[in-house]
Amino acid sequence: MNNEPIHSLAVEGITKRFPGILACDSISLDVGEHEILAIVGENGAGKTTLMNILMGLYQPDEGKILINGREVHFRTPVDAYATGIGMVHQHFMLVPNLTVAENVLLGMREFQKFLWQDMEGVRKRIREISERYNLPVQPDAYIWQLSVGEQQRVELVKTLCLGARFLILDEPTSALTPQETDDLIALLKRMSSDLSIIFISHKLAEVTALSDRIAILRQGKVVYRGTTSGQSVSNLASLMTGHEVVLPCNECTGGSGETILEIRNLKVRSDRGFFALDGLSLSLQKGEILGLAGVSGNGQRELADALAGLRKVESGSILFRKKELANKSPRSIIEAGIGYIPEDRNEEGIVPPFNVRDNLILKDFRSKHFCKGPFFRFDETRQNAEELQKRFDIRCASLNVAAGSLSGGNIQKVILARELARKPEVLIAVYPTRGLDMGAEEFIHERLLELRSQGTAILLISEELDELLNLSDRIAVIFKGKILATMPTRETSKKKLGLLMAGISGEGAA
Amino acid sequence: MKSTYRALYIFAISLAAALAAILLGAVVLEILGKDPLAVYKVILTEPLKDLFGLTEISVRMVPLILVALGIAISFRSGILNIGAEGQIQMGVIAAAAAAIYLPPLPKIVILPLVLVAGALAGAIWASIAGWLKAKLNVSELLSTVMLNYIAAQLYGFLLRGPMIDPAELQVGSGTPQSVRLPKAAWIDRIIPGMRLHYGFVIAIVLAILVYVFLWRTKWGYALRAAGAGPKAARYGGIKVETCLIAAMALAGAFAGLAGAIEVTGLHRRAIEGISSGYGFSGIVVALFGGLHPAGIVPSAFFFGLLLIGADMTQRIMSVPANMVLVLQGAVILSIIAAKMLIADQYLFERFARMLEKRGRKAAGGKTKAGAGKAGAAKVDRRREQP
Ligand SMILES: Nc1ncnc2c1ncn2[C@@H]1O[C@H](COP(=O)(O)OP(=O)(O)OP(=O)(O)O)[C@@H](O)[C@H]1O
Ligand SMILES: [Mg+2]
Repeated sequence: MNNEPIHSLAVEGITKRFPGILACDSISLDVGEHEILAIVGENGAGKTTLMNILMGLYQPDEGKILINGREVHFRTPVDAYATGIGMVHQHFMLVPNLTVAENVLLGMREFQKFLWQDMEGVRKRIREISERYNLPVQPDAYIWQLSVGEQQRVELVKTLCLGARFLILDEPTSALTPQETDDLIALLKRMSSDLSIIFISHKLAEVTALSDRIAILRQGKVVYRGTTSGQSVSNLASLMTGHEVVLPCNECTGGSGETILEIRNLKVRSDRGFFALDGLSLSLQKGEILGLAGVSGNGQRELADALAGLRKVESGSILFRKKELANKSPRSIIEAGIGYIPEDRNEEGIVPPFNVRDNLILKDFRSKHFCKGPFFRFDETRQNAEELQKRFDIRCASLNVAAGSLSGGNIQKVILARELARKPEVLIAVYPTRGLDMGAEEFIHERLLELRSQGTAILLISEELDELLNLSDRIAVIFKGKILATMPTRETSKKKLGLLMAGISGEGAA
Repeated sequence: MKSTYRALYIFAISLAAALAAILLGAVVLEILGKDPLAVYKVILTEPLKDLFGLTEISVRMVPLILVALGIAISFRSGILNIGAEGQIQMGVIAAAAAAIYLPPLPKIVILPLVLVAGALAGAIWASIAGWLKAKLNVSELLSTVMLNYIAAQLYGFLLRGPMIDPAELQVGSGTPQSVRLPKAAWIDRIIPGMRLHYGFVIAIVLAILVYVFLWRTKWGYALRAAGAGPKAARYGGIKVETCLIAAMALAGAFAGLAGAIEVTGLHRRAIEGISSGYGFSGIVVALFGGLHPAGIVPSAFFFGLLLIGADMTQRIMSVPANMVLVLQGAVILSIIAAKMLIADQYLFERFARMLEKRGRKAAGGKTKAGAGKAGAAKVDRRREQP
């Protein structure tokens, strides 16, 4: 059945249990040829699990998968690929130490001949695909050198190179810039003329723009199925969460005027060796949210790393309450009262094999509160975890499961819970709501505003213009490692920011 | 429900692995023309028959446990120490030297000093590799193996030169060994007439302490975090490089202590070949024990049993004791295979599904569940690799 077209794909009564949790509860869905089905639902609703079952990564406890009306059994993703189903995972599945081409080669049997690998062939295939679909990638770049957005693109190219005719995309846009997102949506629309697509996203605007039909999951059950046309975003949001979602808005009273963090002429190198920050200056006031807008890859990651002590500062200074923090150890920076929500939540934000309870004390495990001498106070760590779980609505089977097994959004909540509960004086928040459902996003926005009103200075790094405009007191635009402009939020607009983010400054933007 | 499946699954795989190891050994025995069943019977039962066998097993357990504890700490912290052999030898030298050259002191003072000297020597030797890894990113696999060679040469040189027993030179036999350690530096025997010494108690107590250290203290947390997620650990303010060096030093300290205890508790003088491969067997013991003290102690018992059993088969059935090496190799291979299978999510899923189906059938009427689980797992495994 190798090259048989996929006219229809259906799942019937799929049920999947994890210890203590019913991840999928008798789910039935179907997708027709050239159709785009969007699946939405809260964090932990079971979307990823269902897709993993479709790919043969997990076996369902009950239920079956039908292709063209015939039941199929996928034992491994290789089987799924052989049938023409390919998936871009929410967590990237790339080997960081290999190049793009080598990563693609891993899945391609036809280019691996006995002891010999046809790298040139792979490169050619990559170029073909990337030209056909307008997805620029460098075949010889190492994965570890790439930004998250670029890695996302590599994943898509890889899946297409493997000959997928039925695409499953699990939150493909959560790491993309607005521009990249628009491009991807347009691309997927075009691709739907020769592919069928399942598209998972928390951004309902994308869902309504792209999909033909929608399914909403809640706690493992399908609670709504229908066509997209005629559905509005707010309508979907309330169907999804069960209540109306109103994202909170900063009242724009401005900071206190007291500068708490002053960055001067910062120069920092990227992984690839060039100056990702090239003399960046910025100052942050107590009790304000400073939004940092910019297309990812313009130095955001390096700035956040440098502020957290995780990257060497070549020159310039970071003054926190007039004390130099540049090139201080991460620990002394944490202890000085600086919080950091990192971009890479799966490897950096949590220790994946550690349980949720231990991850929630990653930054405080030495404190008197959790330790008596060198020994842990287990009652305290458990209480801390239970409290944060309740407050931040972290959904997991138990606090003793490995944090790495949580759903993407819930991992993010673990990190947020830890960082926000520490009540930092300065919080560096990199894409804090990436991968969160609407309800959780609303909640996190409220918490950020609450922290701000308690005097925390927040550097909000984001590509979501709506998020930036809603939350920030001031917005700075970063471009090629420098700040192009800083202005009060009320004096700016999406259009103006868009131009600045593209590097067009001065008179042109006015 | 799933967790019982998980336990069953691990049990079935382990059983299959053990069977595979036994089968491999049986093939070799068959080639040697010995009756495998009889040999296995001797290996596995003879040492357990009397106090002598049991105490001898325990004697072997002491260095195995100590080395394995150190290995567990280092592996869990993300650095693979395979230099325990050299670290043991450094421990022996330091302990022997301390015992011989320190002025006469009461036992209560000298014995701890001697043991600490051994542990310290092992720790320093191992930290070299830790430091190279942390500062220069030199692979610890390479450096620890190289350090093993250096330690072996140094050990041979000292026993033949500066530390050789003057009596040997007088008599002219020149056996490379040191003088007998002063009695004050001996670890006492527990049962008169048996070689079992109080080092056994030390090893068991340390096993408990290592558990507490790794899972109940902030230091253990930092080390495990550095091993399980170095990037996140660094982000959380843990100095990963320091953790690597510390873990290596601890691993070396345990190996060095093992050497010190061997020399003060068992041989009472530094002799050639004192480490007798414990540095490598310790790795197997640690892996077999799941890098956890609660697994390491029984696993050390099992390997101690194999060692003694091999001695006995040599005497009783004239099978070369090297056979035990073959068995060890077979066991290592099957452990590695078993570990991979246990980590294999797909295989587990299928196993769980199969049991569930059987369970449902059983609930529906006829009972047939439970039979041939290991066999089924083996069939699955074959299907897994097309
Ligand atoms: N391997 C696993 N072991 C244990 N529990 C798991 C595992 N994978 C998923 N779960 C649990 O199953 C539930 C569903 O998770 P899933 O990843 O499917 O959610 P999701 O809908 O994709 O959420 P998100 O929007 O946050 O990505 C979660 O409660 C999660 O903790
Ligand atoms: Mg998901």
